[in-house]
Amino acid sequence: MADLPRDLAADPTLSRWIQVRDDGTIGVRVGKVELGQGIATALAQIAADELGVDIAAIRMLPAGPDGPDEGFTAGSMSIMDSGAAVRVAAANVRTRFTAAAGHPAFSYADLAAAVDLDVPADPDVPLREPGPLVGSDVPRLDLPDKVFGRPRYIQDMRLPDQLFGRVIRPPSPGARLLSVSAAPDGVSVVRDGSFLGVVGADEASVVRAAEVVRASTTWTEHDSLPDENDLDKFLRAGPHEDVTVADDGDDPPRDDLHLRATYSRPFIAHASIAPSCGVAVWTAPDRVDVWSHSQGVYPLGRAIATALGLDASAVRVQHAESAGCYGHNAADDAAFDAVLLARTVPGRPVQVLWSRQDELCWAPFGSAMTADVAATLDSAGRLSSWTCDVYSQGHTARPGYAGAPGLLAATTLATPAVYPAAVDPPEAAGYGSMRNALPGYDLPRRRVTGHRLLESPIRSSAIRSLGAYLNVFAIESFMDEAALAVGRDPLAFRLDHLSDPRGRRVLAAAASAAGWGGPLPDGAGRGIGYARYKGRGAYCAVVADVLAETGISVRRLTIAVDVGRAVNPDGVRNQIEGGAVQSASWTLTERVRFDRRRVTSDTWETYPILRFSQTPQVEVTILDSGTEASVGAGEAAQGPTAAAIGNAVAAAVGVRVRDLPLTTEAVMAAIERAG
Amino acid sequence: MTSFILNGAPIEVDVDPDTPLLYVLRNELGLMGARFGCGLGLCGACFVHVDGVSVPSCDTPMWSVEGKTVVTIEGLSRHRLQEQFVIGQAAQCGYCVTGIIMTAAALLDRDPHPSVAAVTGALDRHLCRCGAQQRMIRAVVKAGEADG
Repeated sequence: MADLPRDLAADPTLSRWIQVRDDGTIGVRVGKVELGQGIATALAQIAADELGVDIAAIRMLPAGPDGPDEGFTAGSMSIMDSGAAVRVAAANVRTRFTAAAGHPAFSYADLAAAVDLDVPADPDVPLREPGPLVGSDVPRLDLPDKVFGRPRYIQDMRLPDQLFGRVIRPPSPGARLLSVSAAPDGVSVVRDGSFLGVVGADEASVVRAAEVVRASTTWTEHDSLPDENDLDKFLRAGPHEDVTVADDGDDPPRDDLHLRATYSRPFIAHASIAPSCGVAVWTAPDRVDVWSHSQGVYPLGRAIATALGLDASAVRVQHAESAGCYGHNAADDAAFDAVLLARTVPGRPVQVLWSRQDELCWAPFGSAMTADVAATLDSAGRLSSWTCDVYSQGHTARPGYAGAPGLLAATTLATPAVYPAAVDPPEAAGYGSMRNALPGYDLPRRRVTGHRLLESPIRSSAIRSLGAYLNVFAIESFMDEAALAVGRDPLAFRLDHLSDPRGRRVLAAAASAAGWGGPLPDGAGRGIGYARYKGRGAYCAVVADVLAETGISVRRLTIAVDVGRAVNPDGVRNQIEGGAVQSASWTLTERVRFDRRRVTSDTWETYPILRFSQTPQVEVTILDSGTEASVGAGEAAQGPTAAAIGNAVAAAVGVRVRDLPLTTEAVMAAIERAG
Repeated sequence: MTSFILNGAPIEVDVDPDTPLLYVLRNELGLMGARFGCGLGLCGACFVHVDGVSVPSCDTPMWSVEGKTVVTIEGLSRHRLQEQFVIGQAAQCGYCVTGIIMTAAALLDRDPHPSVAAVTGALDRHLCRCGAQQRMIRAVVKAGEADG
């Protein structure tokens, strides 16, 4: 007997996943959510193929209380988790309908009432060969609404009797509210300790009133933040939890060539184009319905219940789409804000929308990191040892992680919650700080150790690829530095140390497509970067072409990727392109700024991201690996892109910058230091 | 009372004249295609046409549109740009895309067959966080080509 896929085993009743209606449409409800990554379309393809229906028959339903709990939509796991579950559930449904009809040429609509799907899935159901939809470029199901401007996002929700709320956040982390004096007409002011908000019927008036109330407040504040210009010292100071990822035991050969270098990244903001939003209505004194663009509506519901001392079943959270989040942003916090404000107006829905400033200052950040890499090279030019120490805050503070609700507003209530610092996912989930810290190369004498900071005044959590972005940047920069030290071409040096055939294939494909080794004009540089995401996900190699003239610009990224069987090749291409461009933005410009008291990068002017005129051309080659299992594509490009750009900049200017971001100013300063 | 032409039809709204156009579109008139992104005119998610010019509706007070012609994404009526954006799958989360299409539509009105450089320049006020910029540029150029 086969095992059911994990998520289906946890919730095996077919009707929780698939509902067949007598109009011939088939509702599919998974526990993973659409974040703009196209997962709903890919899962619809899998369901339609296995059911044997046209994609037009499929209705993807929002994750929520009536569907399966699949935890968080994170870590590029949706195709693996939901895809496997939906496929087996759909095969069960098809088998039951076929049996009811007595022949395979049946109509789902005709038999909808006759077939009971309130039954558990059979793990031994026969599966179809994938196709015709799996493996083809099915257009995104949600895109027409978004392109034509039809209401679809949580920000567009307008429920009967809905009110609007805004929260006046403290001026700095840890600030406590002393007094508030304004009480503008047309809104009610809500205060609980240092949690302060306004609620009213007219959104524009509520926005204005929030500023009037803010201007009337007094707070106690103190300097709590580290020195932004010496994050290295802050990250190393501890206390830490140490994690050994690999320790082969032997010390580096004493007589070999020794190299060492340190690489770093700053704090990075998710910086969604849409400020976070939540909607809540209290339907009874101890029951609340919530709509959220959270990546995990079930964990969010449990966290809200914990924070308010409610029964878990009393908080029902349904997913509603928003803009891309790229990790744990303020979605969950906005939902809890809505719950708190709606509690003051029982029976009426309240929609809370964050400001741009709060989104950039109060959402969790991706942690700053520092990585020390040291290696030895033998007389044949081969790496004879590899040591890496990574210093970082934890990479997840999602609701429920480390046993804490993790909801921002709870820390400001009259009885404030105190949360532990962010933790890291375990090895089984691909680590956090240590994600991709172990190189995929054939290396002897490895010693790879993580040092997670146990206390910090800066709230950190998951941002796309977690620690892999800096770890791959560090490893792949160092591979270039090692290659240079022994006079070997960077591509050849990598291939010298890589026996994995799928890894070799993406490297060769990207290099070939980019014209690796060909001549370059003055001021141009070309670099390469490679990783297999989490050591077990997608293979990705990136070649970057940069131009160093009056500034640093990335002209072209040439990428090869192997995601196993690509469910939707254009969807994979879109995710890789987007991941690469976002990584280029992090790598060239992004850095959360703060003084000792408050975050200062609070607008698009002080937290700039890449603009149209700065985005590179991106060419993606998908290497079809036939029957290999499908793996996620959303995070595979982050690390290799950063490394390729770093290596290209070093090739162009002859000086290596090891601290991200690689701004024109940072590169100029490095050139001056090199004299 | 502010009077203006909205998507081809005259309209009057009775709101505080300092209210940004965006809130009136979304809350009084039920047009959700212009989206709030920053409130400062810096991201482009809320762009609409006022007298043919693409402007941030979050930063456009109602008094300033008196007697003017306003067109939102809902007023484009299946513009060839929108078709090209769908054909090219030129968006990921899609939140920024209506504002970008409005600016691109204003560009096509001035320059029916824009070059890549002209499109890139016109869209440089807009932000896309998902990294779909190159697909969007291609979609706009193709819409210009489709016009013959």
